[in-house]
Order: sequence, then C-alpha cells, then structure tokens
Amino acid sequence: MTSNKSAVWKTVSMAADMRLPTIRKQVSLSASLSALDGKDLVVPGDVITSDTGFMRGHGTYMDEEKLTASVAGEVERVNKLICVRPLKTRFNGEVGDVVVGRVTEVQQKRWKVETNSRLDSVLLLSSVNLPGGELRRRSAEDELAMRDYLLEGDLISAEVQSVFSDGALSLHTRSLKYGKLGQGVLIQLSPSLIKRQKTHFHNLPCGTSIILGNNGFVWLYPTPGHQDEEAGGYYTSLEPVSLSDREVISRLRNCLLALSAHKVMLYDTSVLYCYESSMPHQIKDILKPEVMEEVVMVTRQKLMEQEG
Amino acid sequence: MATVQISEAEKVYILHGVRDDLRVDGRGCEDYRHMEVETDMVSNTDGSAKVSLGHTDVLVGVKAEIGKPRPVARDEGYLEFFVDCSANATPEFEGRGGDELGVELSNTLYKVFGNRSSLDLKSLCISPGEHCWVLYVDVLLLQCDGNLFDAISVAIKAALFNTKIPKVHLSEDEQGGKEIELSDDPYDCMRLNVENVPCVVTLCKVGHRHVVDATMQEKACSVASLIISVTHKGTITCVRKVGGGSLDPESIFEMTETGKRVGKALHAPLMELLHKEESLGKKRDKVGFLG
Repeated sequence: MTSNKSAVWKTVSMAADMRLPTIRKQVSLSASLSALDGKDLVVPGDVITSDTGFMRGHGTYMDEEKLTASVAGEVERVNKLICVRPLKTRFNGEVGDVVVGRVTEVQQKRWKVETNSRLDSVLLLSSVNLPGGELRRRSAEDELAMRDYLLEGDLISAEVQSVFSDGALSLHTRSLKYGKLGQGVLIQLSPSLIKRQKTHFHNLPCGTSIILGNNGFVWLYPTPGHQDEEAGGYYTSLEPVSLSDREVISRLRNCLLALSAHKVMLYDTSVLYCYESSMPHQIKDILKPEVMEEVVMVTRQKLMEQEG
Repeated sequence: MATVQISEAEKVYILHGVRDDLRVDGRGCEDYRHMEVETDMVSNTDGSAKVSLGHTDVLVGVKAEIGKPRPVARDEGYLEFFVDCSANATPEFEGRGGDELGVELSNTLYKVFGNRSSLDLKSLCISPGEHCWVLYVDVLLLQCDGNLFDAISVAIKAALFNTKIPKVHLSEDEQGGKEIELSDDPYDCMRLNVENVPCVVTLCKVGHRHVVDATMQEKACSVASLIISVTHKGTITCVRKVGGGSLDPESIFEMTETGKRVGKALHAPLMELLHKEESLGKKRDKVGFLG
C-alpha cells in the first residue's frame, strides 16, 4: 500500500483534452478509389434490375416488379440469384471460420458462446479436447466438471464446425491452437473488416500475438512461451505481463481501432504497417481524431507501395 | 448500471496494467479519454449540449419555465433533474430497465447541482413568493461506455452555459395585480453564471490504485468508486461512494486528493472551449448527431 502511494503522487495530472467535434472525413488516397471498380455497390431503395428473369435473394425485395436493394452493400450474382451482401452486419459464420467468443452460459453438455452472430453459438462438450488425451469418453463426471474448464465470461478461440438450419453456429476446439484464452485484450470490430486469410493466428514481429477472428473479435496477447502450449489450452497463466509487452498490446489495440474507424481491411500486414506508422506518437494519442487520420493515411500509403 | 462480463484472466491483465500505470488503451491512471463537447444541439430547448467521452454519449437539454418558488426559499428559482436511459444506449435499459439507474443519477445531480453554491438561484427569481424560473434539466443517455457521471456533469455545465432565459418585465395594473411580460426579442436574454458549477470526477478503485474515467471493462474490475464534485477553485462540494465494496479511510483521502486535482483541471479547458465555440457563433459547422 505504502509503496504504491509514492507512485500515485508521481503521476502528473494532465489537463483533459476537450475539443469541438469535427465532421469525420474518410481518409482516402485518390488511387485507392480504383479498388471500387468492378464492384456494384447499392444503397437501400436502389433498383438492381428490372429484368424479371432473376431470383430474389437476401438483402433484396421486389418493388413494382423491380428487384430493389433493402440493405447497403455489394451486389452478388450466382446464376439467376441476386443477393446484396451488407457492409454492416452481424457475423454470418461459415464452416472453417476462426472465431473468438465469450462463454455466456453453461448448459447440459454444451456451452453457449457469444460470437457476434444473430444467435448464440454452441460449443458441445464432445467437440472440445479434454485434458489428458485425445480419445476419451465423455463421462457424467466430465459433464459435472464443465465449469472447471470454461466458466461464464471466459473467452475462447474456436473454429466453426457446422452451421445449424437456423443459422446458429456449432464450434469446436479440437486442435491445440484453439481453446481458452488467457491474459490479453479483446477488441470488438465489424466482421466485414476482417480479411479472410489462410491463417488468422499471427505471431507479430513486435513481440505480440494476434487472433483475428472472422467474427470481428480480435484478441491480442503476449506471445506464449513453449511450456504453455503443451498444457492443451486449459491452463491460464496469471503471472503479470511485462510492461514492454503491455505497451505493444495497447499500441496495437489503438491501431486496430484507428484502422477500423477508417474502414481499412485488417490482416497481419495492415496491422503491422499501422503499428509502425504509429511509432512517432504516444499510445494514448493514437485515438485522437487528427492523429488517427495521419496514422491511417501513412498506413494506406505503405500498403499501396507494397502492392506496387 | 450497464455492465459487461469479463473473464478472470482479463481482470488480472487490467489490474496489473493499472498497477503499472499503463491502462489497456495506453492511458495513465489520471488521464481522461478525449472529450468532444458541442452546445446548442436541440433547437426547442433553452440550452443544450452533447458530450462524448470515448463511446459514452450524453445529451443534456435545459428548459426554463415559469413556476412558483418553493416555500422554503421564496426568493429563489430551482432546478429539476430527469435522467432518461434510452434503450439505444444498451438493451438493458429496455422497458423499465433503466429506471433505477435514472433515479440514482438524478438524485446525485440534485445534490451536486441543485443548490445555491453552484448556481445563483436568486437570479432565477422573478417576483419573490410568486414567480420564478424553474430549470428543467433533462439528461438523455445515448450510449454507455463507462464514466457516465463525469460526462453528464460536463454536459450539464455546458448546457447551463448555453442556456438563454428570456428577459421578463413585471408590470402592475391599477388593481395591484402583477403581469409578466416576456421580451419579444430573442437576443434580449439572461445568461447564467456557471463559474461555480462543479464538475464530477469518478474515481474507481482498481486493485490498490484508483483510476479516473474508467471504461466499462475497468469498472467491472472495481468494487467501489468515489464520485467527487469539484469546483474550478478545487473545492469539493459533494462526495459519494458507489458500488458494493468498501474503501479504507486512507484510500478515500488519496482519492479525494486526486479528484480535487483532476477536477480542477477539467474546468479551464471546458470554459475555454465554450467561449471559443460561442465566439465562432454561426460560422461554426454544426456536427450534430450524424458527425
């Protein structure tokens, strides 16, 4: 208590940063507009086609024999079926998607997991790896001990195993890379901003790891050492994270928020470039609108140079 | 209160971060998130302001109406507070869900703002014992992301600064009856002196230390917090403890000291901003709700 007291006095009180709101403008490089070419973007009420030969899909409706968009998004055509994929949406899971979720309920033989979908996802007791060997029958004891593995509020990383007919997802954690998440920071972003990639687990060179869940939940955590990986995902270390790791995590967190505020697609390269571009600024300043704009602008430039 | 669920490990991470004076968003223990203040947002109020602090969004409107002074203070006007927890802020507020929080907030606002040391209530009097101005202060929570009290208090101060009460002229007819005449000129109005209006600083005890402007996640790690209202001179006008946990006297002392220092530092930039906004007048682009 007394040792902390001196630290309290040491911190210098800073005047709060107050300002008038500004109209937010999107940072865009003129050339990046070309990315829009070939994409058919519509807003609600836009007539997609008046040709009656097409079928009405999600995000559309018939208005006086004309196919009209009911959401803002991109038009997708599969043969005769026309859909509009909305830009702002909840997570529509597909088999194989990597998700980060939070356990909301423990039920009989299953956990309910919040994954930013329309319905809570389920994680069945039979689709997790229990400690102590791959092949083991799930006994009644295991059912009783479910709270020992995952508790309400716990975060997990998992993969979508199947999609039920009502759109709810069934998850599994049957791989050592999935399981309960330990210390770190969760950021909730729009699922549309996560770029689909071969892998969504990255060990970034700045000394931190990131899970970019397809559902828009991003998990930042210190890169685990070797001994942690062997525990099968249910061991969480409560040892303090070093200050340098914390700084990197906090910086990455603010960078991710900045990128998402300016609608930049998130994947390892964009995150890393943003991290590098933010280095001249203090961590807490990244969230200020003008700094955010600058950092995102530099990131965009770097990304364009890389693309060539 | 709107709450979030977080896991044990996340709690540990936040606790250790506060101990090291590096919070999840990179702030120190005494840093506020950046705050945006805009006044004159709602045209059918006499004064209004919107404050956003992180993702916390609060709209305050002040309406002046002529009423009867309270018998205990015949030569003073008074303030009425109402807090509306919109279900837009969080689904928890749906139906009657926000009522409890609304009552709790408005009770605290009465204590902090509704007294003569914060506003010159005598200036609200029109004729003693008969007529006075009643200021209805309506607070609307648009989004909750922690630290409601501080955002509301700043918004109230800004809205009171923005309030323009029409001037009235009292005239007496032959029978001795009094007649109130409102000025027709919209620019002929009375302004309130908000110099002594306090700002609220909420200090959350997280582990062995305390933080200002706690986010929802930090709030979930704290068991008790202290609400302190501080004037621009650094005088503490009200202290309240909220939350289920207990605080030992030594930490209350430390927290009030921090609160005093932080609270005092809130006033100068706020007043500067309000004066600047007013001097810009109509030249300023209004951002409103869609910015």
